[in-house]
Amino acid sequence: MDSVEPILSLRGIGKAFYGNRVLTDVSFDVAPGEIIGLVGENGAGKSTLMKILFAMPVIGETGGFEGSIVFNGKEVKFRNSFDALDVGIGMVHQEFSLIPGFTTTENILLNRESLHGSALIDIFGPRISTLDRLTMESRAQKAIAKLGVTLDPKMLIREMPVGHKQFTEIARELCRENVKLIVLDEPTAVLTESEAEVLLATLRLLAAEGIAIIFISHRLREIVELCDRVVVLRDGRKIEDFPAKGTSIKEIASLMVGRSMEAQAQIDAASEARLRQDGAQQAETILAIENLWVDMPGETVRNVSLQVKQGEILGIGGLAGQGKLGIPNGIMGLAPAGGSVTLRGKPVALNAPRAVLERNMAFVSEDRRGVGLLLDEGIDWNIAFTAMQVQDKFLKPLLGGLLQWRSDAAMADLAAEYIKLLEIKCTGPGQRAGNLSGGNQQKVCLAKAFALSPDVLFVSEPTRGIDIGAKHLVLDTLKKHNREYGTTIIMVSSELEELRSVCDRIAIVYEGRIEGILPHTARVEEFGILMAGADRDEPPLSLAEGSEQ
Amino acid sequence: MISKLRLFLIENAVVILFVLLIAFAIPVSGLPASFLLQEILTRLGRNTFLVIALLLPIMAGMGLNFGMVLGAMAGQIGLIFITDWGVVGLPGLLLAMIISLPISVFLGWLCGSIMNLAKGREMVTGFILAFFMNGLYMMVVLYAMGSIIPVFNPEMLLSRGYGIRNVVGLDGVRQCLDNLIPLKIAGLNIPVFSFLIIAAVSWFIVWFRKTKLGQDMRAAGQDRAVSGAAGIPVEQTRIVAIIISTVLAGIGQIIFLQNLGTINTTSSHEQIGMFSIAALLIGGASVTKASIPNVIVGVILFHLLFLVSPMAGKNLIGSGMLGEYFRQFVSYGVIALALVLYEWKRAAQEHASRATLRGGAPADGKEAAA
Repeated sequence: MDSVEPILSLRGIGKAFYGNRVLTDVSFDVAPGEIIGLVGENGAGKSTLMKILFAMPVIGETGGFEGSIVFNGKEVKFRNSFDALDVGIGMVHQEFSLIPGFTTTENILLNRESLHGSALIDIFGPRISTLDRLTMESRAQKAIAKLGVTLDPKMLIREMPVGHKQFTEIARELCRENVKLIVLDEPTAVLTESEAEVLLATLRLLAAEGIAIIFISHRLREIVELCDRVVVLRDGRKIEDFPAKGTSIKEIASLMVGRSMEAQAQIDAASEARLRQDGAQQAETILAIENLWVDMPGETVRNVSLQVKQGEILGIGGLAGQGKLGIPNGIMGLAPAGGSVTLRGKPVALNAPRAVLERNMAFVSEDRRGVGLLLDEGIDWNIAFTAMQVQDKFLKPLLGGLLQWRSDAAMADLAAEYIKLLEIKCTGPGQRAGNLSGGNQQKVCLAKAFALSPDVLFVSEPTRGIDIGAKHLVLDTLKKHNREYGTTIIMVSSELEELRSVCDRIAIVYEGRIEGILPHTARVEEFGILMAGADRDEPPLSLAEGSEQ
Repeated sequence: MISKLRLFLIENAVVILFVLLIAFAIPVSGLPASFLLQEILTRLGRNTFLVIALLLPIMAGMGLNFGMVLGAMAGQIGLIFITDWGVVGLPGLLLAMIISLPISVFLGWLCGSIMNLAKGREMVTGFILAFFMNGLYMMVVLYAMGSIIPVFNPEMLLSRGYGIRNVVGLDGVRQCLDNLIPLKIAGLNIPVFSFLIIAAVSWFIVWFRKTKLGQDMRAAGQDRAVSGAAGIPVEQTRIVAIIISTVLAGIGQIIFLQNLGTINTTSSHEQIGMFSIAALLIGGASVTKASIPNVIVGVILFHLLFLVSPMAGKNLIGSGMLGEYFRQFVSYGVIALALVLYEWKRAAQEHASRATLRGGAPADGKEAAA
């Protein structure tokens, strides 16, 4: 392959959003007919890289990018994504960009329809001429034929099985005369295994015809099976670029999640400290989750069973979109859910937020500004609000209990206590929550949950979007609360190191199911493999965990 | 088979309901068939064009175009001018249409541009815009005409010297389209030429759907984001849909008024939007789907109901007013019903589309295929 002129060369690509660096000096080549597997954790920079390639508006608006793109031997500067399409780069998106009420043909040729000539064109422009449906159908057929699958050109998209929709999208990219490179972003995520097999075969067919392919997937098995070369991104840098032949899922997984030695040492130290307390962990089950499903858009939980022990900190990790956020949101009644959840042996009502709160369970939401806070109210109100609503705290009876009056003094005391305890930086208990910084908002959210004195506390993405100092304080506070009050904490986070430094056990969610549960002392690679769903064929580790009880 | 019948009944529930209602009301009203038939023929010729003006915005995903009232205003201004200038007959109507055209195009462009700022809320935007424009229209007709805009015929002006009178007689152009090709079958007057015009505009709509622009409208109507990503100029396409609708509404209002023979200066245009939309919905159209058959069936059913309900009310309860109330109730009610039905259907579809994500744990990998 080295002797062949590359179709695409990325040279020293770098990008920062508002001073926050997401890509640093990424360079690699793609040869004609080559299939490149692009892998990396969430936030590794894959999608930013593709946005740069397609000149998405967000890149230009935030000051462009560093480095250069050479396509087909010439340096290119795309003004928008249509420029990229014009030179022959196609993109198949993760979400279907198809029009449901249109046929296969109409979608494949969307805005590239064949037209009849008409005298009116001279007056009203080309859009006034009628569509040449016969030619359109034969063009669509030709594109479909390249795929090696059969699609009905007259079928409506909304009546199609999911797999056919994906093929329709690919056919649309193939239908451009000059397509030389196709980027596929998680194309198999929505497909069944057999459909995915067919898709991979199709991609091989296309590569054999000389079309280069960049294949982005979390399914590492597919990467190993399909690709010629694997490019691993981590924290915005290209970590490795090597032939896929002879590599293993394990190797790629550990490259994806591997951290610097320093961070590893920190975690090991933290792990040892926690290990000493582990003697006390033989506690009973406080919360049992059986066959939970949650319909949370983008975070679907399909079937989760999990036992949470009294007094532990359980971590839930996994890549974005696999369903880890759905678990707390479903149990707390914020998204439609089903299955059974029992707290101390008694069933918990689902889809009823108040009933869950009354069972002494609390939730610190990942959606701080939306769910977590009353942005226009003061800190005191925010902290006391849920406790007042659910547990009748901070109220004083009036007229012999006929009326209940809010006790502002009690609320102010409470606020002052937490402001001190959590070092909330503010002008006073009355400051509007909306005016606080992200980290201080998060502390208010924590205080609100603590004010309920919960038995079980769900914490979702507690450190997202807050600075390092606040991060430490938030995590320490959680640990302290767990130790001092025996609160059982279930912490959901995208950051594996964070989970490993705080939690006793960590469950990894993959495609809406628990892929496995590991002790916090497990090696990074083991987590990486679970996150990539590589062990689908073996019995899930969670079963083994459950049988211990 | 049974489920197919059920589906048919659900899909056509509104039409079936109104057919039953009318089947009950016609005998009760005691009106002779020949009268009803003549009235329906006349009203088909009078109203169909206006209802057809609603079709393109629905196709472009902009819902029922309450903004068509703007076009009606433009048509009326055209008619007021030709009456003042004394241009009569077919040339008069043509001139009125030509005068209305630039006004309609401008108002349509304005309406479309504003609706682009309020995507997803086009209906209420159009509705309120019609109220706003009504104010401007009143200002032009009641103050500017005769003072700034010269009006030559003093009989058209209010006694104070400026502003158009409440009623403008259209004696010069009265029914000149309807009677251009006189045809009488079994004692019934058939407005042949009006029907020909309606056939022509129907053909235009059918043809337009096949054009690239029509295809773009359908695409933008179903998914703006996908269409935009494919390079279709979505906003421009939407504006074009509203402009065509407004222009057709202007011409439609001229056809409507030449049949009536008088303009009620301050109110002729007001109810046109409501009645046209109600007729279209009774014909089985929805907020997202409407066709020419919907238009024809709707105009027939809506106006039959209009015709028979006062007499039916009088014969049943002894009060003709009941029928009058009923008309109002029906036109507003059917619009509300159609909007509720649409939302309900959409919610049901959304629920169905997420069904595979809910409940149980299907065997690995099978759920995506379901």
